[in-house]
Amino acid sequence: MARVLVGVKRVVDYAVKIRVKPDKSGVVTDGVKHSMNPFDEIAVEEAIRLKEKKFASEVVAVTCGPTQNQETLRTALAMGADRGIHVEIPAADYPKVGPLHVSKILAKLAQKEEAGLIIVGKQAIDDDCNQTAQMTASFLDWPQGTFASELKLEGDKLTVVREIDGGLETIELKMPAVVSADLRLNEPRYATLPNIMKAKKKKVDKLSPSDLGVEIATNIEVLEVSDPPVRDAGMKVENTEELISKLKEAGLV
Amino acid sequence: MWKVAEKSYRLTARSLVSLSRSSLRNKSATVSAIEYEKKETTVPKAEANGSVESKSFVMNLFRGGLVPDQVLPYPKVITQEQAEFIQAMLDPMEKFMVEVNDAAKNDEIAKVEDHTMEGLKEMGAFGLQVPIELNGLGLSNTQYARLVEIVGRHDLGVGIALGAHQSIGFKGILLEGSKEQKTKYLPSLATGENIAAFCLTEPASGSDAASIQTKAVKSSCGNYYMLNGSKIWISNGGIAEIFTVFAKTPVTQPDGTTKEKISAFIVERAFGGVSSGPPENKMGIKASNTAEVYFEDVKVPVENLLGKEGEGFKIAMHILNNGRFGMAAALSGNMKAMIEKAADHAMNRVQFGSKIHTYGAIQEKFAKMSMLQYVTESMAFIVCANMDAGYKDFQLEAAISKVFASEAAWQVTDECIQILGGMGYMKDCGAERVLRDLRIFRIFEGTNDILRLFVALTGMQYTGKFLQPVSNAMKSPLTNIPTLASFFKTYASKRIGSKLGWDLGPSMSEHIHPDVSSSAKLASKAIMQFGLAAEDIAIKYGKKFIDMQFLQNRLANSAIDIFAMVAVISRASTSLNNNEENAKLETTLCNVWCNDAAKRVQENLTSLSDKTSLQDFKAMADLSNMVIEKQGVVQNHPLGF
Ligand SMILES: Cc1cc2nc3c(=O)[nH]c(=O)nc-3n(C[C@H](O)[C@H](O)[C@H](O)COP(=O)(O)OP(=O)(O)OC[C@H]3O[C@@H](n4cnc5c(N)ncnc54)[C@H](O)[C@@H]3O)c2cc1C
Repeated sequence: MARVLVGVKRVVDYAVKIRVKPDKSGVVTDGVKHSMNPFDEIAVEEAIRLKEKKFASEVVAVTCGPTQNQETLRTALAMGADRGIHVEIPAADYPKVGPLHVSKILAKLAQKEEAGLIIVGKQAIDDDCNQTAQMTASFLDWPQGTFASELKLEGDKLTVVREIDGGLETIELKMPAVVSADLRLNEPRYATLPNIMKAKKKKVDKLSPSDLGVEIATNIEVLEVSDPPVRDAGMKVENTEELISKLKEAGLV
Repeated sequence: MWKVAEKSYRLTARSLVSLSRSSLRNKSATVSAIEYEKKETTVPKAEANGSVESKSFVMNLFRGGLVPDQVLPYPKVITQEQAEFIQAMLDPMEKFMVEVNDAAKNDEIAKVEDHTMEGLKEMGAFGLQVPIELNGLGLSNTQYARLVEIVGRHDLGVGIALGAHQSIGFKGILLEGSKEQKTKYLPSLATGENIAAFCLTEPASGSDAASIQTKAVKSSCGNYYMLNGSKIWISNGGIAEIFTVFAKTPVTQPDGTTKEKISAFIVERAFGGVSSGPPENKMGIKASNTAEVYFEDVKVPVENLLGKEGEGFKIAMHILNNGRFGMAAALSGNMKAMIEKAADHAMNRVQFGSKIHTYGAIQEKFAKMSMLQYVTESMAFIVCANMDAGYKDFQLEAAISKVFASEAAWQVTDECIQILGGMGYMKDCGAERVLRDLRIFRIFEGTNDILRLFVALTGMQYTGKFLQPVSNAMKSPLTNIPTLASFFKTYASKRIGSKLGWDLGPSMSEHIHPDVSSSAKLASKAIMQFGLAAEDIAIKYGKKFIDMQFLQNRLANSAIDIFAMVAVISRASTSLNNNEENAKLETTLCNVWCNDAAKRVQENLTSLSDKTSLQDFKAMADLSNMVIEKQGVVQNHPLGF
């Protein structure tokens, strides 16, 4: 039975209205509600289900980031992950961290923990990178099943139904493998209050990237973060004549 | 202890003192609830000089004093760990209430949907304050308050189902149960495997709860009590397995005679002889089961006596007193939801060419709704913080928070519906359900009217006690000239000072932020004037005050307003001192509220002695008598037919 590693990222909550910092260096995160990346919740749920169905031996949740990431880890533990690993990255360094670093960390941890399966969300709702699963698979030279909407594990054969443009694709992977969770893979459970309480007692290991031999340096420089341009309000027209005349008025035809 | 107090309460010729227990008892019209709740207060012995005995702000208001301990700075008794723990619970609870619970459906089928009920049990929502080792979550009062805010925001019916279970149903076991009783009952109650109910009210005994008829008679073998009687309007009555039941038991007095006293029992449906009626068809909180519960020759083992024989009433009041903050917290969450609903509408609805929120009439509503919510929230978290800090004398603040919250919530939802216009009247909008649900909060767990009397009378008792040395002195004025002279000197100077406006009451300035100093001045002045009014009442009416509900009401309303003022002054100061983001807006909420409240206090206090008001009270009593006599309106139709 495989040990499953799940990546969980702490992101600005989906319901929060994002504001750009006045100096345009990024978005406002101080005092803003954060929660677990919704796709990662789906990943955690899938891992727990594998364990409940006795296909997995242990579910280990991993998060990379500053102290507050503990909360995200606790949520994963409250949902049912067995233990957590917090790869602590000081808040000052965190803006430099991207999918490249996280995949290196995940790859190292997979080896260290002798994991048989890594599940991550297909993308995080903050940077929308959609790269971590792919890069992790590549570092480990494991097969990958991205955008999974269904997962079946039999022995060391993993069947993944993928959501692709234009439909679904079913692939078979040989474990160990990397999977990224798409929206329809499952409906994640709620952490119940007693489980939140029990999660307080679950083990969380703290590591630094350097413990894993990963260097946090980046070749990417953020020049400016700005709001998307505001779209002018549209208008409704009654018929094509009106449409044409409006277009003419605007000098567009 | 009470006996002593009673004796020393005998009034002087000038009836210079206060209300005694015996005088309350003689007044059948006056509720025994008041009497007993008072008895419950463990008022520390008065010091010879009559100095402060209670740390309660409201209590001391009745002596014109400002005792800051419980209110300034804004109390917060939650550890970092507790805060993190409860914070982790907010999201899952919110999600559950939004995604699983369906308030409209619960209302429609008049019960909590089965899968929601199961979900709530799994969620741990049935044992929030039960110790962890007994399957609960071990939440403090502050943590509990923060969580039930979410329930109140989404479904008051579910809130009552949960509250009737843990805030009153098994709270007695939690507060007063023996170790054996706790380990036997709490684990299955905490998981929701068993549901609990609180059985006090009877057909002939509502507010006057001391008059219950249910009887428990000890068997001759001494092993059990035989319980007989019936209870009405019991929340969870039809679904509960475990009942906290209040019944009269014959108790042997020290002098050998027996007297019927109330005792509390833990009764299992499984004992046999327990049955319940069909769910009552109600105006609101339909999701919460309400039913009659009958006890017919129920054999209750002696080990199921809760507390001691004869202490039942004290226990009942203790339970209710400890639960009121939860209602205030749930309602503050509810008000938030209604304000959001109204704001969403007002921002989008265009009439006469503009969004309706741009009109002053609507703006005033939003401002008032926000203030009412702000006050309620501030009160709720003061009360639970003081409970967590270990204070025992929070009964007046708890009562006020229940009264204020239930009335504020009603106004907020009423105005929300007004802002929504016709839309608000439609079932789909959800506001009408909330209005129906809210109405009960002013009735149960002590009607607001009774709680007002309770505040006024308990407070005046405290005033009276303070004046007692003077009243004693009055018994032999000639030998007590110094005491009396100094009393009348301060008496006169306080009043003259007040008239001239140079004695502005106990200063709050050391506790507060300068931005709310104008409010603080108003509050100080109100406190002083309240103290003078209370003193005047004690001197003028003495125990006769017990019959003067017109005055009690107005005195209580002033106390409510003053406590509200201090609550927001304290809260806004803390936010200002912490440089919180919205501190400026909180300052506005605070200052506008206080300006308004100060005017009401003035008016209410004036009416206590103002000639026209007193005449009007008399006239209103006469009018009421006529209505009762005629069993309808007093006048004839303008058309003459
Ligand atoms: C939905 C619902 C759920 C309930 N749940 C429970 C429960 O779980 N357990 C339980 O034990 N009870 C429960 N009750 C009962 C509730 O607590 C009582 O209804 C309440 O205490 C008031 O009693 P009453 O209805 O008999 O009114 P009464 O006491 O008859 O009062 C009628 C009116 O007279 C006023 N009044 C009474 N006495 C005085 C006085 N001396 N001076 C001035 N005014 C006075 C009251 O304020 C009120 O306005 C519930 C009731 C309802 C409707």
